[in-house]
Amino acid sequence: MHKYVFRRLLMLIPVLLGVTFIVFSIMYMTPGDPAQMILGEKAPAEAVERLREEMGLNDPFLMQYGRFVKNAMMGKFGRSYTTNREVFAEIFSRFPATLQLASLGVLIAVAIGIPVGIISATKQYSLFDSISMIAALIGVSMPNFWQGLMLILLFSVYLGWLPSGGYGGFANFILPALTLGTSSAAIITRMTRSSMLEVIRQDYIRTARAKGVNEKTVVNKHALKNALIPVITVVGLQFGYLLGGAVLTETVFSWPGVGRLLVDAIKQKDTPMVQATVVFIAVTFSFVNLGVDILYAFVDPRIKSQYK
Amino acid sequence: MIKMTETQASVPTTPKKRSIWLEVFRRMSKNKMAMFGLAIIIILVLTAVFADVIAPYEEVAIKQNLAQRLQGPSAKHWLGTDEFGRDIFARLVHGARVSLKVGIVAVGISILIGGTLGAVAGYYGGKIDNVIMRAMDIFLAIPSILLAIAIVSALGPSLFNLMLAIGISSVPSYARIVRASVLSLRDQEFIEAARAIGASDFRIVTKHIVPNALAPVIVQGTLGVAGAILSTAGLSFIGLGIQPPAPEWGSMLSGGRAYLRYAWHVTTFPGLLIMITILALNLLGDGLRDALDPKLKQ
Amino acid sequence: MSKAETKELLNIKNLTIHYITEDGTVKAVNGIDIQLNRGETLGLVGETGAGKTTTALGILRLVPNPPGKILGGEIFFEGEDLLKKSEVEMRHIRGNKISMIFQDPMTSLNPVLTVGEQIAEVIQIHEGLGKQDAIEKAKKMLEMVGIPGNRHSEYPHQFSGGMKQRVVIAIALACNPQLLIADEPTTALDVTIQAQVLDLMNNLKKEFQTAMILITHDLGVVAEVCDKVAIMYAGEIVETASLEDLFENPKHPYTWGLFGSIPNLEEEVERLNPIKGLMPDPTNLPSGCPFHPRCPKAADVCKKQMPKTTDLGNGHKVRCLIYEGIVKA
Repeated sequence: MHKYVFRRLLMLIPVLLGVTFIVFSIMYMTPGDPAQMILGEKAPAEAVERLREEMGLNDPFLMQYGRFVKNAMMGKFGRSYTTNREVFAEIFSRFPATLQLASLGVLIAVAIGIPVGIISATKQYSLFDSISMIAALIGVSMPNFWQGLMLILLFSVYLGWLPSGGYGGFANFILPALTLGTSSAAIITRMTRSSMLEVIRQDYIRTARAKGVNEKTVVNKHALKNALIPVITVVGLQFGYLLGGAVLTETVFSWPGVGRLLVDAIKQKDTPMVQATVVFIAVTFSFVNLGVDILYAFVDPRIKSQYK
Repeated sequence: MIKMTETQASVPTTPKKRSIWLEVFRRMSKNKMAMFGLAIIIILVLTAVFADVIAPYEEVAIKQNLAQRLQGPSAKHWLGTDEFGRDIFARLVHGARVSLKVGIVAVGISILIGGTLGAVAGYYGGKIDNVIMRAMDIFLAIPSILLAIAIVSALGPSLFNLMLAIGISSVPSYARIVRASVLSLRDQEFIEAARAIGASDFRIVTKHIVPNALAPVIVQGTLGVAGAILSTAGLSFIGLGIQPPAPEWGSMLSGGRAYLRYAWHVTTFPGLLIMITILALNLLGDGLRDALDPKLKQ
Repeated sequence: MSKAETKELLNIKNLTIHYITEDGTVKAVNGIDIQLNRGETLGLVGETGAGKTTTALGILRLVPNPPGKILGGEIFFEGEDLLKKSEVEMRHIRGNKISMIFQDPMTSLNPVLTVGEQIAEVIQIHEGLGKQDAIEKAKKMLEMVGIPGNRHSEYPHQFSGGMKQRVVIAIALACNPQLLIADEPTTALDVTIQAQVLDLMNNLKKEFQTAMILITHDLGVVAEVCDKVAIMYAGEIVETASLEDLFENPKHPYTWGLFGSIPNLEEEVERLNPIKGLMPDPTNLPSGCPFHPRCPKAADVCKKQMPKTTDLGNGHKVRCLIYEGIVKA
C-alpha cells in the first residue's frame, strides 16, 4: 500500500511539471509588457528596459520557464503587480475560504446525491425516480452562476432571509454552498443511480438473491459497495472542481476565495497572480485526484491486491 | 466430449451505414425526452438562422434607448428591456446565434485536434501513444474551465479566442474516446484484411476506423456543445467572453446583475434560456447514447 | 408417511413464463411439466434460448420482473406450491432447500466481498450461526470443494475460473439443500477443468443425497451424470425419459436431430447431420408444433395442430403428432 502511494506521488511530478509548463506557456503568450505594466504607461523607455533586464524578461523562453519552476518550488511566484504583496501569501490567505465553501458544498452534494441516487435506482420508473431524475437533469443544465443569482433573488431580495454575499457568519455560507452543492448533487445523483442500476443487473446480485438474502441486504451490502466505487471518483472530481472551479460562484457571492482572486487578477492583468492561482488550483486538483485514487485502492480489493 | 453442434448461426454483421443511422433514429424516436430535446434544438437553430427576420440586429438588439431602460415584460417588449433599453427578446434571439456558433465551432476544434491525437495514439501505439496520452493527462489535471480562462485571459477576449480556448480545453476527452475506439478496432479482422490488401495507414484510419469510432464521438460531441455553451456563458459572465455590445447570453445575465433588485427579468430570462438549451442538448445526448448503446457495447 | 418422507421432491405442472417487452412478448417457457424424486438427477437439455435458464429461475421465483412474469402453472416442492408462497417464505427456501449454481463463475461472485464472507452469509441466514461460526463452517466447505480453508479471506479475483466455480458450489451446498439447480455449470470453464468440477458436483451430490437439475446442452455430460432427461425446445419439453430410454430409444424428431449432430466414433459417416434451420424467434413462435419448420417428418397437419403429451409408459413421454397416430413416422 505504501508502495502504491509512493508510486502515485512520483507520478505526480511529471504531471505538475507539465501543468506548470502549460500555464507558463499560456501566460508567456500574453500580449503587453509586464515591465511597462509595473512602471505605468508613461514610464521612460530606458527604465522599462532596465526592469525587463532585471526581471529576466529578455532571457530565452526555456530559461525563463526553468527559473519559474525553480522559484515555484520554493513557493516564490513573485509579487502582485497591483498590491505588491507576495502572491503565494495572498493565495494562502484566501484558500481557507475556498476550502470551507468547497467542503460544505461537497457535503451537501453527497448528502443529497447518494441517497437519492440509490432510492431512484431501487425504485426505477417510480414517481420518486421520475421526479428526482428531472430535478437532477435540471440541476446539471443550470449554469451555476445563474442559479446563485436566482437564489439571491429569492432569499435575499424578496424574502430578505439571507445575505446576498460576503464572508463571515454561517448565514453567508448558506447560499453559495447550496449553489455549489445542489449542482454537484445533481451529478452525483445521476452517477449513483446509473452505477447502481448497472450493478443490480450483475450476476452476483442474482447469486445473492438465490442465497435467500433479503432485498435490503442485497442493496446495502452486495450492490452498494460495488456501485459506490465509481461514485467515489465523481465525488472526488466534484471536490476538485469546487476547490478550483468555483470561480464563477465565488464571483457571484463576492466570496473572498481563490477563485475570485483569479478573476480579479485577470481583470487587472496581474500576470504573476494569475499564473500562481492557476498553478495552485491545478496542483490542488491533482492532489485531490491522487487522494481519490488512493481511496479507490482501499475500497476495491482488485486494485489493492495489485500493490500488496 | 460429445457436443451438440451450435445450430444457431451468427447473423452476419455487414456494416450498412444508412440502415444503422436509420435504426438509431428509429430507436431514438421512441424516447420522448430525447425527441423533446431535439425539438427544442431545432427551434433554436431556426431562431439563430432567421434571427434577422425575427428582430433587426442593429435597430433592436444593439441600439441603446435609455428612455426605455429596465422595463418589465410587456406587450411591446415581451421579456422587457435591459439596462440600455434594448429589447431582451431580440437580444436573446441574436444571442442564440453566438451561443450555437461558439458551441459547434469549439466542439469542432476539440474533435479535430482530440480526434486526430487519439487516432494517432491508438493506431500507432507504443511511444507515440505514451507521449500523446501523458500530455492529455496533464491537460486533464487542469480543470477545463480554468484552462479556458487562462487561455482567453492570455490571448485577449474575442470570439475566435473564446472558441479556441473552449475547444482546446476539452481536447483530452475526445482524444481518450477516439483512442479507446481505435484500440478496440485496430486488431479486428476487417482492419487486418484492409491492411493485407495493401491499404495505406491513412486510408485505413479514415475509411475504416473513423466511421466506426463515430458513435461515441457524436454522443460526446452533443454533450460537449452543451458544455461549450455553458463555458461561453461563464466566461462572458466574468468579462472574458463576447464583448459588449454584442448580444451574448452570459454577458446579458452579467449586465443585469447590478440591477437584480430592481429588474429581475434582465438576469432571469437569459439564464432560463441557457438552462433550456443545455437541458435540450443533454436530453438529446443521453437519447443518442441510449440509441447507440448496442453499437457502443460492441 | 409424513410429507417430508415422500419420494417425490419436485413436481412442476404446466409452468408458463413470458417476458413482456416493448418489442413483443418472449414466450420463454410454455406449459412445461417436470417431475423429480429425491436424490434424482434430471438433465434439462436444449439449445441456447430454449427456456432452460428461465425454468430454473422460475423454480426459485427469481425471474427478473419486469419484464419476466410467471403466468401460470404450479411448482410443488415437498408437496407445497412455491408459486403460492410469500416472498419471505421463498427467501427461507432459496439457498437453503433449493440452491442454484450459475453458468459463469467469473461474474457470479461479488468482487468486493471475500469468498469466506460469501459462503458464510448463506450459512448465517439459514442456520442462524454467528459470524465466527459461519466463517468456520465456510472454511470447511472450502476444504470440501478442494480449496485450502485459509484462503477464505481472499477475494474472488484471486481465484481461477475453476476455483471460483468451486466456491459457487460451496455456497450452493453449504446448507445441504434438497434440490440443486446447476445451470450449465461447466460451460464457461476450460475443458480439463470441466471434468473436475463435474466430478466434484457428482460426488458431493451423492454424499449429501441432493436431487439435481442439470441444465446443459451437452449430451455427453448428461450421459455421465443424469438419471433422467428432459429435452426442451422453444419453451416446451418435447421429450422426457430415463437416461437409458432416451439414449437407446429416442422418440422425438428433435431428439434424433440432437443425436444426429454428435460425432460417432464407431460408425463411419461422411458428415454429421445437424438439425437444419434455426431456433424459432420466441417472440413469434410458429403455429402448431413449434418444431415443424425444422422437422424432417413434418406433415401439413403439424402446422396447425399442437401435439399433446403422449405417455409411452415407463415414464417416457413425448410431444409429437407421430405418437398420436396422426402423422406417419
